[in-house]
Amino acid sequence: MRTSAIAASGLRKAYGDKIVLDGIDLDVPAGTVFSLLGPNGAGKTTTVNVLTTLMKADGGTVRVAGHDVATETRAVRAAIGVTGQFAAVDELLTGQENLRLMADLKRLDSGAGRRVTTDLLERFDLAESAQKLAATYSGGMRRKLDLAMTLVGNPKIIFLDEPTTGLDPRSRRTMWDIIRELVADGVTIFLTTQYLEEADRLADRIAVLDRGHLVAQGTPSDLKRQVPGSHVRFRFTDVLELDAAARVLAGATRDDEDLTLRVPSDGGVKSLRALLGQLDEHSITTEEFSVHTPDLDDVFLALTGHASTGEIAR
Amino acid sequence: MSTDSVIMLRRNCKHTVRNPTAVFNAVVFPVVLMLMFVFVIGGAFNVGVSYVDYATPGMIVLAICYGLSATALAVNSDMTKGIINRFKVMDISRSAVLSAHVVASMLRSLVAIAAIIAVAFALGFRSPASFLEWLGAIGLIVLVCFATSWLTVALGLAAKTPESAGMATVPLIMLPFLSSAIVPVAKMGAGVRQFAEHQPFTPIIETLRGLLTGAPSAGNAIAAAGWCAGIALAGYLWSLSTFKKRA
Repeated sequence: MRTSAIAASGLRKAYGDKIVLDGIDLDVPAGTVFSLLGPNGAGKTTTVNVLTTLMKADGGTVRVAGHDVATETRAVRAAIGVTGQFAAVDELLTGQENLRLMADLKRLDSGAGRRVTTDLLERFDLAESAQKLAATYSGGMRRKLDLAMTLVGNPKIIFLDEPTTGLDPRSRRTMWDIIRELVADGVTIFLTTQYLEEADRLADRIAVLDRGHLVAQGTPSDLKRQVPGSHVRFRFTDVLELDAAARVLAGATRDDEDLTLRVPSDGGVKSLRALLGQLDEHSITTEEFSVHTPDLDDVFLALTGHASTGEIAR
Repeated sequence: MSTDSVIMLRRNCKHTVRNPTAVFNAVVFPVVLMLMFVFVIGGAFNVGVSYVDYATPGMIVLAICYGLSATALAVNSDMTKGIINRFKVMDISRSAVLSAHVVASMLRSLVAIAAIIAVAFALGFRSPASFLEWLGAIGLIVLVCFATSWLTVALGLAAKTPESAGMATVPLIMLPFLSSAIVPVAKMGAGVRQFAEHQPFTPIIETLRGLLTGAPSAGNAIAAAGWCAGIALAGYLWSLSTFKKRA
């Protein structure tokens, strides 16, 4: 039987008269990766705060690891691990001491505490810096230490709030590898991200959050199915060229600001040649063109009518 | 104390040891102040007894207050640096973090007070107090440490930044100067005198002075205990409510 690690229904939360979450329903089966995707300000962190007992919802019910978040808070806390957006490490302790502190608070006996600490330091490539104060760590090292601290005591459900925001590409990949290893061990992961690629790569299921509403939920391929097929994007040097091209190419959508034109196409060599031929015929110069297979960016645009990042963040 | 509090206290003690300048500062500044008053300024005051005998109780209280800024800073940096969010989602006692700060603060104060008393004896301080009176004095010192620590924890929690947390303890550091710590209240000008007579540190210092000079007064002692209990309770309640609010 499939059991739910996290189940939320009708979750609502407002700060004053600003509604942040407006009826969120979630169901995360145990042992899977669930990604909550959305731009800045969509309500991702608020959702995590409610699910992890940091914040009380105004309405709705949440069960985490089978326990009600509102009434069985302690049982929920004992079952979960949380890594927030900002590294929650003690800067005045060394990496090793930070992990030992967690082991003590989780009541591991000193032998087990030492073992776990050594293992995690190795696994996260922090053994060399184990005796240095966390204050001297780089951003990436802090994130790794933060996640390592979350893993002490083997929580069955782990919440990761934008775990790779601000990381360099290499550290991001390390983080992804670690997340995959955790899943292989049977851990349930609830991941928020504003990187579509990240959700696509890691998640079994994705929910798209926009201004407090879930606008879509499904597997990455489910979501991709909801958007029109692949397209070709042309960029022009000025509006005149763009106008001309828009008249020539049927079914194209234009973006005057970027001077680009999106033309539905299967992206194959033959159809590309045909498109370029049409432009050539009318002596329209295109500055550049690129072929897009649908990614989650397109999903977001199709679902919400605005881009995933950018507009809102700006 | 709960196991969580003990673990947290161990953490705070490590912090204190890691930051020797703060400890050094908290010990050395009151000692320097004491030397200055006894050798430079105190000679000009006529307090009826040897000045070091008069000033020692006040200096003890001053040392307590001076050490509090480190507590406010430590509490505030806990709240602003994110580690608190980790503790909050763990199955640990809510108040463990705060009570550990209070105990750590008291321990730091007691180190500073031990230094002040040692210096006082070196400067010729002599006390006719009996063993019981010494015990009472130590009890009062611990009580003052406890009360002011809870108040400072609340100040540290309420402050938005480490800078404002440091500033918030300045009135606490100034108050003993406007009490009978340095000169008897009777010698102060009108206005200041009334303030000094009615602020908490005057009965506290007078009680301590009474105990150490072997002539305690019950009226002062009751006022001192009342102030301490009030400050501790207010600080404790304020701490808890601020702690809950700052999620």
